[in-house]
Amino acid sequence: MSDGKSLQGFSQGLSKGLGPGGPLLSVEGVTKHYGARLGCADVSFDLWPGEVMGIVGESGSGKSTLLGCLSGQLAPDAGRVLYEMKDGLTDTAALGEGARRRLMRTDWAFVHQNPRDGLRMGVSAGGNVGERLMGTGAQHYGRIRGAALDWLGRVEIAADRIDDRPSAFSGGMQQRLQIARTLVTGPRLVFMDEPTGGLDVSVQARLLDLLRGLVREMGLSVIIVTHDLAVVRLLADRLMVMQGGHVVEQGLTDQVLDDPQHAYTQLLVASVLQA
Amino acid sequence: MSDYNFAYLDEPTKRMIRRAILKGLAIPGYQVPFASREMPMPYGWGTGGVQVTAATLTPDDTLKVIDQGADDTTNAVSIRRFFQRVAGVATTERTAEASVIQTRHRVPETPLTGDQILVYQVPIPEPLRFLEPSEVETRKMHALEDYGLMHVKLYEDIARHGEIATSYAYPARAAGRYVMDPSPIPKFDNPKLESPAIQLFGAGREQRIYALPPWTRVESLDFEDHPFDPSKAEHPCALCGARESYLDEVIVDDAGGRMFVCSDTDYCAGRRAAGHRGTEAAA
Repeated sequence: MSDGKSLQGFSQGLSKGLGPGGPLLSVEGVTKHYGARLGCADVSFDLWPGEVMGIVGESGSGKSTLLGCLSGQLAPDAGRVLYEMKDGLTDTAALGEGARRRLMRTDWAFVHQNPRDGLRMGVSAGGNVGERLMGTGAQHYGRIRGAALDWLGRVEIAADRIDDRPSAFSGGMQQRLQIARTLVTGPRLVFMDEPTGGLDVSVQARLLDLLRGLVREMGLSVIIVTHDLAVVRLLADRLMVMQGGHVVEQGLTDQVLDDPQHAYTQLLVASVLQA
Repeated sequence: MSDYNFAYLDEPTKRMIRRAILKGLAIPGYQVPFASREMPMPYGWGTGGVQVTAATLTPDDTLKVIDQGADDTTNAVSIRRFFQRVAGVATTERTAEASVIQTRHRVPETPLTGDQILVYQVPIPEPLRFLEPSEVETRKMHALEDYGLMHVKLYEDIARHGEIATSYAYPARAAGRYVMDPSPIPKFDNPKLESPAIQLFGAGREQRIYALPPWTRVESLDFEDHPFDPSKAEHPCALCGARESYLDEVIVDDAGGRMFVCSDTDYCAGRRAAGHRGTEAAA
C-alpha cells in the first residue's frame, strides 16, 4: 500500500469516525454464470473508505453483472461480498432480506443509468427524496420536507419544483433528482451504473462536476460502472478494466489510462475520439 | 328455504372460511387467503362479506345489513333478503338488536357491544395496492414491516392539498404490526375500529379475509406534525339535529340547494323517534 493511500484511509477514518482503516467492501472471487454463459469470473478487490473505483469495459463485458452481484441484486454463483458493518466485515449474502433492505436504503445507494428505474415517476420530487427517510422511520412532515428542500438545493434543482413530478423534469434533472434521493440518508457506499449515460455532453459535464463535489464533501465510497473513460478519469481513484467477464487490468486510474498494459485496455484508450 | 343448505354455502366451504377467520383473528390485520366461491351476485356487490356472514351465521342470529349506513338501499335490501331466504334468520334494522351486521362503507353510529359481529365488504384489501402494483412485493413488504411507502402517499397528500386528503379507506395499523385497509369507510369511522365487537373483513374477488379481535389497538397512520383528523361535514343533521354523526350531503333541487343528513338511517330514525328534530324535519 502506498503512503498516499494509507494517508487517505486515515483521514477518511477520522472524518467518518470509523476505526483504523480496514476496507469498507471486500470482494472475494465473485463469479456469476447465466446458464452456460459467463457473466463475470473470479473478481476480487478491496474498496477503502472514501475511495472511488471505476469499472470500465465494452457492452457485455460483465460490468453490470458484477455491479448487480456487489449490490446484492444478483446472487453470485461463487465468491463472497463482505461489507464493513457494526461487527466487522459481514457477508452480505448471509444477511436476511430485511437487513439487506435496510442496508440498501441507509448505508448503500444505487444510482441507475435510467432515472426512471430509480425514481417513482408518479410521486412528486419531494416525495421521491423523502421516501428513504420515511422508509427508515421519519414521521415528521416538516423535517422530511426540510431535508428534501436541502437536497434539491444541493443537486441544483429549484425549490419551487419540489411538488412537481419527475415526469415534468428534463433527463438531466431526473438524474440529479435520483442522486438526491439516494444520498439523502447519508450513505457510505454508492453504486452507480452509467450515471451519465443518455445525457448530452454539457449536461454530463455538470452532473460529473456535481458528483465529484458530493463525493469529496460526503467522503463517499463509490463503485462506478461506465464505458466512458472521461467519466472515470474525472471521478475514479482506481480503475478496473473488464473484458469477456474477466478483469484484464486494474490499478490507479491515471496509471491505467496513461500507460495501458493489456491489449484490450490499449484498444479502449485508443478508441476515444478526440474532439 | 329447504332448497339450500343453511346460509347457502355447503358445510365444508363454511369450515374453510371459518378457518381463515380464526387465523385472521389470531393475526390482527393480516390478510388470510381463502378459496372464495362464486356467489349469486356480481363481484363488487359484497361477495366477500356475504361469504363471511354465511360462515358466521347461526339459526339464532339476528342479521342487519347496511350499505353506506342505510338499511334501505339496493345492496342492503338484496343481501338481507338473500339471507332471509337461504338461512331463514331473523333480520332487523336496529343496530342494538342485531347480532351480526354486514356493512358496506360505514360503521354504525350506535356503539357496538361485545356480543356483536361486524362484517365488512372489502373491494381491495391491500392498502399498498395503488403504491406497489406487484402482489409478490406487497406481501414481502408486509412480512418485513416495510411500510415507508404508506407515508409517501400521505406526504403527497399534504404536499398537494396542505393536509392529509385521504378521506376514506384510511390506512391503519392493527396491534402495532400489520397495516390494513379498513375498507372504504370514511376516516371518521377509523376511531370506531377499536371496538368491543369482533370485526371481520371479507374480499371476495381478491380472496382475502382479515380481522380485528375485540379491543385491538388500531392506529391511523399520520405525521407527528399532521396528526390524524377524523373529520366530517361541519353541520348538524337536517332531520334529527345530531352533531356527532357522519353526514351525507344531499342535493335537493337544481338551484344548488342541499341538506346534510345522517348517513346511518337507523341512528337518525331512532333519534327522531326520541323527539329530536333538525331544521328540515317534517312537523
